[in-house]
Amino acid sequence: MTTGPKLQSLISFRNIRKIYGEGAARVAALAGVDLDIMAGEFVAIMGASGSGKSTAMNILGCLDRPTSGDFHFQGVDVTALDNNARALLRRNYLGFVFQGFNLLARTTAIENVELPLIYRGMARAERHALAAEAMSAVGLNGRENHTPSELSGGQQQRVAIARAIVSNPLVLLADEPTGNLDSERSHDIMKLLQQLNVEKGLTILMVTHEADMAAYATRQIHFADGRIIEDRARAA
Amino acid sequence: MLWESVKLALRTVRRNVLRSILTLLGIVIGVGAVIALVTLGQGATDKVTADLSKLGSNMLIARPGAPQQGPPGGSDARGFTSRDAEALQSGLRGVRGVSPSANKQSKVVFGSNALDVSITGAEPVYFIVQDWTFTAGSSFSESDTRAGSNVCVIGETLRRDVFAGVDPIGQVLRVGTMPCVVTGVLGAKGQSAFGSDQDATVVMPLRSFHRRIAGNTRISSIAVSTIAAEDMASVQASIQEILRETRRVREGNEDDFSVRDMTQIAATMSSTTSIMTGLLSAVAAVSLLVGGIGIMNIMLVSVAERTREIGIRLAIGALASQVLTQFLVEAVVLCLLGGLIGIALGLGLAALGAGFLQVPFNVSPSVVLMAFSFSGAIGLIFGFFPARRAARLDPIEALRRE
Repeated sequence: MTTGPKLQSLISFRNIRKIYGEGAARVAALAGVDLDIMAGEFVAIMGASGSGKSTAMNILGCLDRPTSGDFHFQGVDVTALDNNARALLRRNYLGFVFQGFNLLARTTAIENVELPLIYRGMARAERHALAAEAMSAVGLNGRENHTPSELSGGQQQRVAIARAIVSNPLVLLADEPTGNLDSERSHDIMKLLQQLNVEKGLTILMVTHEADMAAYATRQIHFADGRIIEDRARAA
Repeated sequence: MLWESVKLALRTVRRNVLRSILTLLGIVIGVGAVIALVTLGQGATDKVTADLSKLGSNMLIARPGAPQQGPPGGSDARGFTSRDAEALQSGLRGVRGVSPSANKQSKVVFGSNALDVSITGAEPVYFIVQDWTFTAGSSFSESDTRAGSNVCVIGETLRRDVFAGVDPIGQVLRVGTMPCVVTGVLGAKGQSAFGSDQDATVVMPLRSFHRRIAGNTRISSIAVSTIAAEDMASVQASIQEILRETRRVREGNEDDFSVRDMTQIAATMSSTTSIMTGLLSAVAAVSLLVGGIGIMNIMLVSVAERTREIGIRLAIGALASQVLTQFLVEAVVLCLLGGLIGIALGLGLAALGAGFLQVPFNVSPSVVLMAFSFSGAIGLIFGFFPARRAARLDPIEALRRE
């Protein structure tokens, strides 16, 4: 990772555009976004539905490509990478948490957590130890052999977070992680994310539409009509 | 990684037991049919080959009637006479024996048991030429042959079914209207290559047969056994030469008899069996193809059903190649399972069929191995398209799917 411009930021967007459709049906989901994210930040990305926040998140997660613009991750030009290289980038540096938890059904919690490590070709004993460690980091000791259907929504999201951090990523991308949870569980999950951010220095990018969840972040970015309309650090 | 994929595939199979079984049915039936047919066909070929040696070694058979003209020994053909047989006996060199014989179906009776069997009139040399052994007693003698005595030798089937426990040697068996004393029991030969029981037979002196059974002096065939296999062609030529002379066939005219090499006939039959096996197996292979299409169908359904799961896997670090491998392994594991079940089913059917058709049950490991790897190959071929579709899914689209 030595190519590309030397940037201080972990992630940088320069005039990122994402256009859907052709001709008259053209819709700009992102209409030129500039953004720098430093290592160790906890960023809440906010905005109404259709504001472009999810599109931005997908591009940040290397799941989608921008139509134009520069996207550098750790100084590497991501737009130049092919699908396989982007998959490797996801595997090595990114962890994902989704609104719908997205755990594999009929698969125990610890097997779900081990899954990313299986794809990395890690030996059974090693990945089992790491998975157990991640389970305990999210406070789920003793639930290792429960299947998702035997766990509450909050617990399922904790399993999903354990799965996201088990591979020790640089960035955790959380897409409305509390969207399916009640208020109490939501605050529990946010405290867990905050703890991971503070204690492990994990960079977190979180999409949310709830202001009280965004309040846990160190920085809030507001999207509207495919542009950033507000970007401010949390008031100390 | 591969082992993980195999475990995952087995788990998927277990989760959808009924669907898996239905999917596999095509492969199971295809592999089962091929295995059963090939095994039975191999058994039949082996049997023909074994029968070939039972026919008597290096045997040539002369029959009246022109070659390739209707069934041999047809009613209009001029039969052999004792003069023909004697000419061969004195004229041929390098032969173990010349055995004229005549044949007729007739009923034999002993006590309250009766059976319809083949009656052969022959000379003692018949047993040498046809490679018969004796399990009890011995052949009738040359003097019996000359005198036309009322004696006979019986086959194993008669000893078992007609004498049923009574020692047949010295007993009087009624053949048609003729009572004759049993002098010997022949060793079992089993079914002939043509499907008849070779042990349901009575052999008596040719002269007795002519007088008491046939009512004429016709000789229906003359079997000649050469000492060495290499001599068969030259002996065949000599037989033709001698018979043309004794039967006064004019030069330029066709033979009014045929001389056949029995090993050739048996070899032809054996190759016919192989061709039949091949054809039937080809038909069975079509069901393997259908099975493969079934696998492809269900794998496509599986990919569609598990789109979200694939999306999750892609998001948490699976490479497209790993997703491809996973679905390919799943298809191959499914097919190999079907192959195993099919092999078991096919061997079971073949064992039953072998007993029923009275052919040997010889399992060929190479055929089993081939069927197994073939079912794996079907998984690879028909699993590839669905697996590629899974690997090419867009993770965002896949995650959005419910």
